[in-house]
Formats: sequence, structure tokens, C-alpha cells
Amino acid sequence: MTMKTILAGATLALGLATGAAADGHEPVTVGFVYVGPVGDGGWTYEHDQGRLAVEEAFGDKVETVFVESVPEGPDAERVMTQMALQGADLIFTTSFGYMDQTIAVAEKFPDVRFEHATGYKRADNVSTYSARFYEGRAVQGHIAGHMTDSNVVGYIASFPIPEVIRGINAAYIHAAEVNPDVEFKIIWAYTWFDPAKEAEAASVLIEQGADVILQHTDSTAPQAAAQAAGNVVTFGQASDMAEFGPFPRVSSIIDNWAPYYVARTQAVIDGTWESTDTWDGIAPGMVGIGEITDAVPAEVKASAEALIESLRSGEYHAFTGPLNKQDGSAWLAAGETADDGTLAGLNFYVEGIDAEIPQ
Amino acid sequence: MDLSSINPILLLASLMVAATPIILAAIGELVVERAGVLNLGVEGMMITGAICGFVVAVNTGSPWLGFLGAAIGGALLSVIFGVLTQILLSNQVATGLALTLFGLGLSALMGQGYIGIKAPSFPDWHIPLLGDIPVIGPIVFQHDPMVYVGLFIVAGVWAFLRYSRAGLILRAVGENHEAAHALGYHVVRVRILAIMFGGACAGLGGAYLSLVRVPQWTEGMTAGAGWIALAIVVFASWRPGRLLLGAYLFGGVTVLQLNLQAAGAAIAVEYLSMAPYLATIAVLVIMRAGRAPGSLGQSFHASR
Repeated sequence: MTMKTILAGATLALGLATGAAADGHEPVTVGFVYVGPVGDGGWTYEHDQGRLAVEEAFGDKVETVFVESVPEGPDAERVMTQMALQGADLIFTTSFGYMDQTIAVAEKFPDVRFEHATGYKRADNVSTYSARFYEGRAVQGHIAGHMTDSNVVGYIASFPIPEVIRGINAAYIHAAEVNPDVEFKIIWAYTWFDPAKEAEAASVLIEQGADVILQHTDSTAPQAAAQAAGNVVTFGQASDMAEFGPFPRVSSIIDNWAPYYVARTQAVIDGTWESTDTWDGIAPGMVGIGEITDAVPAEVKASAEALIESLRSGEYHAFTGPLNKQDGSAWLAAGETADDGTLAGLNFYVEGIDAEIPQ
Repeated sequence: MDLSSINPILLLASLMVAATPIILAAIGELVVERAGVLNLGVEGMMITGAICGFVVAVNTGSPWLGFLGAAIGGALLSVIFGVLTQILLSNQVATGLALTLFGLGLSALMGQGYIGIKAPSFPDWHIPLLGDIPVIGPIVFQHDPMVYVGLFIVAGVWAFLRYSRAGLILRAVGENHEAAHALGYHVVRVRILAIMFGGACAGLGGAYLSLVRVPQWTEGMTAGAGWIALAIVVFASWRPGRLLLGAYLFGGVTVLQLNLQAAGAAIAVEYLSMAPYLATIAVLVIMRAGRAPGSLGQSFHASR
């Protein structure tokens, strides 16, 4: 290789570098990696609504790209790398299972900002964000405790991660509060999205006496199974699932990512983006509670709305003592509330749940 | 643990429902493979059948027409595979995989306007007299009609392969296509017909998910059922009877493990989750394994 070609190469590289650096006037590209299809009607659907909100808010100034149904694992790393190589400035990776891949790819692309949903590993160019879904679960538990006649509440769980365990605990605490006889039957589906399996899990829970089904999986299949059974109450998960209202779906947790996605994109445009850890609940609107239908008795609806209001105002925390761990040892003293660190890594059930967490 | 909360009658009844989509898809693939063609596109044909069936059922209000549409949709998609592999002699493995990817994309496109819509209801049959028999009645005779259609197709395929002249020709084509050709049989025509039958059955299996089991359209809803069907064909050593056993075993252990979980069984959930796969593989392997059709996966051209 002669000096001339090296110089030519260096000049070319410099040209490319300055071209890339001068991106202040070009559209900012925002990438999204989805775990399910955008048409799942639940988790991924709501993330995609957030993406559309970004497009609407910024128009020509922002371009968005997304890849759907990306398996958690090596494939995710490939997809993220591809996005970064294609010039994405900001990449949202929207499932817990992308955590290590996000960190690995972020190391290779220090100039690209990453936002990982529901994880806990951060870096200079990796933020994390999540919603306090457990606040919504508390409301669901409250309604479930009132609505059950058989005192059996079925729970379709996905993976044994803190996020899901928090939801089970929050729902149980508030169901047992209004109905001390309530019992939770929990099925781990080991999937976020498999309609046939979710339908089967719901049928099994109904066959075993559950008349309220809570789900932490993303499809509407359990709603349809409950509807077929006729007398089973459900709640929309991640998305409103209003097409199953007013019964069996009596309320829902709605993930509202749009304000966050718009704010973070704005930060990239302004150059003020920093690595942060966001964990918002009902108050800032990241967690929405879908309309409580008339299938719920008026006094239950009123008490549920009072609970929502107290969570919103911050006067009440969904994990307030006295609470014991499942083995009977003390966790929170009377009036004490759980700190975020414990909640983020929650790996035990509260007292009263008769089940074991898969290890 | 409270095993008394598991009702064995309901368990066995839901087993039959859980196994039906796999039975439908697998029996079609069995015929295709007995004709010497390896079509890995089952998943793609299933999901295409799921959306075709859903679209037709929603627009006509008739689940039966929906199933018909699903069969036609699955068969049409499989014709693409048939033309590519049998006439243009492309590689069957690669073409089959491409068919799965194509089917997943095509179904997502077709389903754009059908998310969140409910399918017309498809009521269970309560077969008179038979359905009233205690224990056996609720297990076997109180399902939706497609459960029996699936069983009927399995029985039909078994009789066709074993007793009919056409079945003998199909097996001959699969065992040794050159010999079959030398005897004057039209290898490519037989194979394309078999591929279309496989596509139609896979389409029915997919529509069973979108019209009965779930019943709604969501993208990617087959979630790997087509691959399970493919595996069951191999482990059943290409025999309809064993295929039925394998599918019921898989469906049964799937439902059982969910029941055990809900009842709080003291078995680690991970073991329960892998149980359906392990049990199915173990039983079908322990039964004496059969031989694959001799010409399976090979391209045929009359000039060679």
C-alpha cells in the first residue's frame, strides 16, 4: 500500500466522519425494536402508538424505523447493530430480554443513544425507562377482590422477573385487603405472546374455579376465553382491549409511552440527552387505567377510583406496610413504603400467596 | 398442592381441543412427505390459513365458509412452493423456509384491518345420545365440529394410504420417484396434488386457531405450532395412527402442565414447561422408529 492510497483513504474517512457529524440539519432517525408484532393489540401495539406520536410531533424533522417480532437473544443484537449502522441516532429497545444485547451494542456505538424498557443496566449512552405498572395492578387487585365469588383469582404470568412479580404482589395485596379469603392461582406461560397458549392457560384457570383472570401476557386470547366462559372477569393488559368491554373486560392498564418518546426525541434534537433512569406511574400518565365499566358495582367503582386518585396524588404507595414476606418474615413495618431499589429487584412473594416463584 | 382442583374430565376434553390445530397441520404434512416432498413452510401456510379463514368468516358471518377459505388460501400458497420445487426444481428446504417467512409477512399484511375484530361464534356440538354418556360424553362428544373433521381427515388419510390404489401410487412416488416414473406415473402431478392437500390441511389448522381456539386475529398467532406439527410427523415415523397419538400426547401434557401449575404442584415450573416436548419425543422414539420415505426431499426431473 502506497502512501498515496493511505492518504486517500484517510481523506475519505475524514469526509465521511464530518458528513456524519454534520447531522444537525438532517432528520434525526429514531429506531424501535419490538418483541411482538405491532398488531398484537397489547404491549407492542402501545409502543408503536408511541412511535407514531413521535412522527406526528416532529413531522419531517424525525424519521422512525422499527423492526417487529425480534426474539430476545442474539437476533436482537443483530437487529440493533443494523439499526445503528443505518444511522439511527436514538434506539428504543422495548423488552426486558434485550437488556444485555442493548448494553453490548451500545458499547460498540458510543455516539448512538439507547433507551431500554423495563431493564436496570445503564451506561453513558443507555437510559432505562419503565412504568409503575404495579400501581395499575393494585387497582386491578382491588376490583378483583370485590368481584370474585369463588374467591379464586387466576393469574397468567409471563416470565419470573421482578416486573411480573411486582404485579402479582400488588394485585394480591389489594385483593386480600378487601377479601381476606381470596386465593391466587398462578400459571407461568414462559412467553409474552402466544395466543393459543394464553387461551389454554385461561381455560385451565377457569376450569379450576377462577372467576377473575389477570394476565401479564400480551394477547387478547384470555379475554376471549373468559367471554366464552360467560361469568369470568378480565382486565385489559398493556392496551385498553375495550372491544371486550363492558364484560368480561371491566377495566385495564394502558401503557402510554408517547409523552416519554416525544420528550426523549426532543432531547436528542436539542442535544440535551443524558443517560437517565425513568420510572413513572399513574401521576405523569405513563400508566393509564382504562374505563371501569358498569359491570362493576357502583360502590366498588367508587372505591377503585378513590384508590387511583390516592396513587396519583402520591398520598398512598401501592406497597405500604405492614407487609410480611411469604415466609412470614417482616418486610415493611406499618406505614413504611417500599423503596425503589427493593421494588426494582423484587424476587419474593408477600405473605398469603400460596405458590412458589420459579427459580 | 391441591390436585383435587384438577377435573380429569375437563382435562381430557381440553386435550382434544388443544391437539386439533397440530393434528390438522401434521396430517397434511404427512401426506406431502409420504409423496417424497419436504415442505418446511407449514408455519407459513398455517398462518395464511388463519387470516384467510378469519377474513372470510368475518365477511360472510359463516365459520364454515371461513374454514373453506382457509383451506383454499393454504392450498394456493402451497402451489407457489409446488411450482418452485417441482417444476423449477428449487431446493425444497430453502423454498420451504422462504414460504414460512413469506406466509408470516403476507398474513400480517392481509390482517391489517382485522385486528381487534371478533370472529363469528362457532358453537360446540352436543351430539345427541353419545354426548349424554357419563364421563365419555363430555370428553369425546361435546366439541366443536372441527375436532371431528380433524379426526375424520386422519382416518381418511390412513385408509387412503393403506387401502387405495391412489395411495399406493403416492407412496411409490415418495419411496422411489424414478421407479414410479418408469412405471408411467406422473411424479410431478402426484406431488403437486399432495402439496396442495398439505397446504389445505395446514390452512384448516391455522383457521382453527383464529376461529375457534383464540378466536381472534393477531399477527404471528400460530407461534410455532407449524414447527411442532413438522416434528410430530417425523417422530410419528410418517404413520397417521402414531401422529394422532403424538399430537394428543403433546396437547395432553401441555394442558396437564398448565393444570399442575395452577394447582400449585411442587414441581419446578421449568420442568413442567419442557414436559410436553420431552414426553412426546420420548414416547415416539421409544416406539420402534420407522423409515423415512426413500425419495424424501429430492428433486425429480424426468430427464435424469
